[in-house]
Formats: sequence, C-alpha cells, structure tokens
Amino acid sequence: MKFYEYMAKDVLRRHGIPIPPGRLATTPEEAEAAAREIGPVAVKAQVLVGGRGKAGGIKLAETPEEARRAAEAILGMDLKGYIVEKVYCEGKLDIDKELYLGITVDAGAKRPLVIASASGGMDIEEVPEKAIVRMHVPVPWGLSPYMGRQLARRLGLTGSLAGQFADILMRLWTVFRSYDAELVEINPLAIVGERIIAADARLNVDDDALYRHPDLPRVSEATELEKKVRELGLAFVQLDGDIGIMANGAGINMATLDAVKHFGGEPMNFLDAGGGSAAEPTAQALELLVEKGPKAILINIFGGITRCDEVAKAIIRVKEEKGIPMPLVVRLVGTNEEQGRAMLREHGIEAFRSMAEAARKVVELARGGANG
Amino acid sequence: MAILIDEKTKVLVQGITGKQGRFHTQQMLAFGTRIVAGTGPGREGEEVEGVPVYDTVEAAVERHGANASVLFVPAPFAKDAAFEAIAAGLSPVVIIAEHVPLHDAMEIMAFAREKNAVVIGPNTYGLCTPGSRCKMGIPPNTVFSPGPVGVVARSGTLSYEIVQSLSAAGLGQTTVVGMGGDRVVGVSFVDILKRFEKDPETRAVVLVGEIGGTAEEEAAEFIKQMTKPVVAYIAGRSAPPGKRMGHAGAIIERGRGTFESKVKALREGGAQVASMPWEVPDLVKQALG
Repeated sequence: MKFYEYMAKDVLRRHGIPIPPGRLATTPEEAEAAAREIGPVAVKAQVLVGGRGKAGGIKLAETPEEARRAAEAILGMDLKGYIVEKVYCEGKLDIDKELYLGITVDAGAKRPLVIASASGGMDIEEVPEKAIVRMHVPVPWGLSPYMGRQLARRLGLTGSLAGQFADILMRLWTVFRSYDAELVEINPLAIVGERIIAADARLNVDDDALYRHPDLPRVSEATELEKKVRELGLAFVQLDGDIGIMANGAGINMATLDAVKHFGGEPMNFLDAGGGSAAEPTAQALELLVEKGPKAILINIFGGITRCDEVAKAIIRVKEEKGIPMPLVVRLVGTNEEQGRAMLREHGIEAFRSMAEAARKVVELARGGANG
Repeated sequence: MAILIDEKTKVLVQGITGKQGRFHTQQMLAFGTRIVAGTGPGREGEEVEGVPVYDTVEAAVERHGANASVLFVPAPFAKDAAFEAIAAGLSPVVIIAEHVPLHDAMEIMAFAREKNAVVIGPNTYGLCTPGSRCKMGIPPNTVFSPGPVGVVARSGTLSYEIVQSLSAAGLGQTTVVGMGGDRVVGVSFVDILKRFEKDPETRAVVLVGEIGGTAEEEAAEFIKQMTKPVVAYIAGRSAPPGKRMGHAGAIIERGRGTFESKVKALREGGAQVASMPWEVPDLVKQALG
C-alpha cells in the first residue's frame, strides 16, 4: 500500500525528521489560505504515480492568489489516469543541494538495503551507478548509527550536515521497521543552508502486514473492479485486449496470456481464481468476467486438489443462471477431467485437454466475433 | 539420491489439526511420504490420519526423530512456526502459506542462515522426490513420475502443468522444487541448480521462471558453469510493467525483471528457452540426446 506524499511526510514528521511546513487542500480557497499562512509555496498534486512534476502536477506560487490559481489548475486534473482530488501546499525551499536516501528490501540478499546518493532530485534509476552508495542492513540486528556516519562520509558530507544525515537515516530506519515498509524514500533530501530537510517522501507498506497495523489509513489505487475481485480473494489486472482470461494460479495465468498472444489474440485481463481452483471462486470469477463483456472467454484450469467435475458444475451453473452470451473455451485437466469435459460439452461449451489448442481456439472465436 | 528429500526424510506436519493440514496430511500419506508426527498447540495426544499430534516441535523430534517440516500455519503465525522448526534443527522447512509479511520472511531467512536450515517458500506448493515417494506440500499426487529430470520453479500450477507434460512424454523427475512466489523466499534458483548439478541421478534440469526480480538472471550466470543441460520457460511475456501479476514477486518495476532480460540472460548462459510451456518436453528430450 502506497501512502500519499502528505501522509508519508506526516509519518516522517512524527518520527522527528525535518520537513517543510505544509497544508493539505481540497479546494482552491484552502490552498489560498495555506499560502497566506506559510508564504511562497509549491502546490503539489497528491497522486500515487511518479513523474507528476513533468506532467504539470506541481506549480510554484509566490502569493496566496497564485496558490489559489495553481490549485484551480491542478485539482481535477487527470494525471496518468488518476484524478487529482487533493493538493499539498508546502513552503518553498531555497535548496543548495539535493541528496537521495531510501531503504528498500533486496530480495536476492533477503535483507533491507539502504541506498543513498549525492545526486538526488531525479529518479534513482537515472542516477549513474558510480554516484550511488548502498549498504545492506543485517537482520535481526538492524541499522547501527555508525552506518549513517559511514554513508555520510561516502556522500562527501562533513560536520553538522554529516551528523544530521546520520540522525535522519536512523529515524528513517525506525519508520521502515515499525511500518512494515517495502520502501521508504526521501527524494530529494534537501540541503538548505546548514540544515537537511525531507523535501519529498514515499512510504509503501507491505500489504501482507496491514493486519497488524489496524490504525493506518487505507489507501487504494485499485479500480472498482479490481477492488471487488480482491474482496473475493482473487487477483485481477486489467489489460487492453478483448479476450477474457481466467486461470488457477499466477504462473499458469501468465502463461495463458502468453499463449493467447502467441496465437495472435489480445488478452483483456489477468484473473487468478486461486491455485486450489475451488468451485465457488471459479463461479464468482467467471461472473465478473462475463460482466466485463469480452469477445470470448478462455478458462484454463489445472485441477489438482479440486475435482474437474466440480469446476465444470460451477461453469454450467453460471451459464444457466446468469447466461454467458460470448463464446467460452475451457481447458480442463486434472482429477476427473474426462467427466468434467463431458459435462461441459453437453452444455455446448468447448472443452479441451491441450492448453495450446484451447488458446488457438479462443483466438479464432474472438476473431470470428469481430468479423461477424 | 535426488535432492533435499528422500526415503530417509521423516516429516513433521506443523498445523496438522487444521483443515488444510489434515487434508494434505492424508494426500501426502497416500503418496507415500513418511510423516512421523504433527503439531497443533494444545492438541497433544490427538491423532490425525493415524499421525500422533504434539504441542511442540521439540516433543515430536524427541519422540519420532522428525528431520524436516512442512507448515500448514496461517501467515500471521508462520514466522513463529518456522523459527520453532529451525531451532529444532529441522531441514528443509517448507512454508506453504501465502501473504507472510515481508519483514517476517527476512527474519526467517536470517535465522535459517544462522542455523544452516534450508527453507522452501513462503507461498510455495513445496517439493517432491517421486523416486522416493516423498512429497512435502500440496501438489497433486498424479503429476509426478520418477526419472532423470530436475525441476525448479517459482509458481505452482504452472509447475504441475510442465511436470505433467514431462511425465506424459516419459520424462520422469528426480526432484521437483517450488521456490515460492514471494519476493523474499528461502532457496534461490542458484541454490537448487547447484544441488542438481551435484546429484548423480539428475541428467537435465528444467527451470520455470516468471517476470519480476533478478533470480533468473542470477541463475543464468550459474548455468554457464554447469555441465548438465538446462531448459527454461519464463511466464509473463505479455505482462504490463508496474502491475503485480498475482504473485507478490511477479512485477516489472522500473524496467527491471522483464521477460526479454531474463530470456536473453538464460540464452547467453547456455540454456534452451521454450517460448511456450508445451515445448518443454521436446527440448528436454533433445538435451538428453
């Protein structure tokens, strides 16, 4: 779960990391009032996608009047598919130098990784490798203050700035651990005269750990359909094509999309009905897929624990109770597969044993639909 | 021979009294796995499918000499259960649960490293050595057959798909290992490839990867040094960047973990890469000569 900038900043502030003064605004009038209180401000769109500055989501305002106009322009703006509902008005900084500081998880090393650079302000992926310093954090001991001092030295910081940097890193580590973070990032970490200030902030919390953070606000970037599917315990991703896809298991789902593309089709979605392929989630997932109105649907089930006849029963139930107006192709293998395929055929549903044949068939049917 | 588990493996089932634990204990026993004991806190003295249940792992080890464990414990309790198994000296420790918190997974792996335990998972179907009739985990019993092919994969049903197609083509398996779909998991492709390279029974290896992370690229580096042929399939060619494709680890982030990068690395490492899963058995046959 990603935090909006204003929420991440609030977390940093409560952990003693210096941030500029700021106010959240949902109307131009609130932005104007914020600027009257703070002085010259940056009016920043609160969205969960990166690159908002380039897309026009950040405007500088010298006066309250300018802040109101900036907020008028930004609020309601469509930034990469997200409508801006809030702006954060933040005191302008006279930045001397921009650093980068982040803590993430290095999956390969299975440890947290501190990443720092003296070239902040841009996407860390664009910073040349030699300008980046990295340090793994040992589990379970955690970050030691010496690591902060060492990193500061490697970035060329001295005196009070080095001390402030090391202190901020220790505090950031506390945030990383206590929020079950996947990523906490300050970019830029700004040097303003003799002070270091967090000018931007990102905090992504591990979804799987949210259960032990009941007090955190819940932020969702999912579409309505994605939310609905998630409530059913399924995983859904919207794609651009017209062939509805459903399979049981993430890997086989990806392979199914690849197979449809291989035969010249365009998948509409990724939909994981769960590795166990229980009959009930299968039916619910299929109902959702039908509602989306694809040209054709492909269901790819490898029935391990759940029996294929149960899966067939669920599919037939959806067909009879809700109706499936588009062509449906089912690939069904595993326990009781013969029985399952026979049941489907009786109800006019094409059922295959081979994944390749099923993928080829659904592409053919989707094309037929397009031509006819 | 084979790797990690065989007929000498005495399996403990942690969480044996739960619905999943009970069902899969029955399935594992039917396959032939030597399950010696189970745990369920507060349930000592009970039996599940004829398997004695204890409150603690320590008791199960003392009484039955269990030397490996499979966990059917919900994600919030997986860390404690894994620590208990690792502390008791069990290995491998197989964590089936999905949604184990990332920070918990890092702690489990750190403790495993200290105790020299092999952890499989989290978010895995487990592993199976068909020749020894030993299965730890949840894959369907029907897909496996004994033979010379080692299989290592990130995802579950896709593994079943490919293992079944190998079996149907007369290509049995030494050991099939599911590493798990999460970002932080116990064993890596390289860990398993090293074991297959050393195992005299394994004559070819199938690697089933997917987009996200850099595990396949690291595997490709190791494949350069291997004497045994490797056939790979990577799922997710059509996945869009920035979207999590079901598995927590299956996401292309900031241009890393793409299909193209993995296929290129594996080819350069000397692996044969199948473009579709159903091409795997033929490539393995060719590799075996």
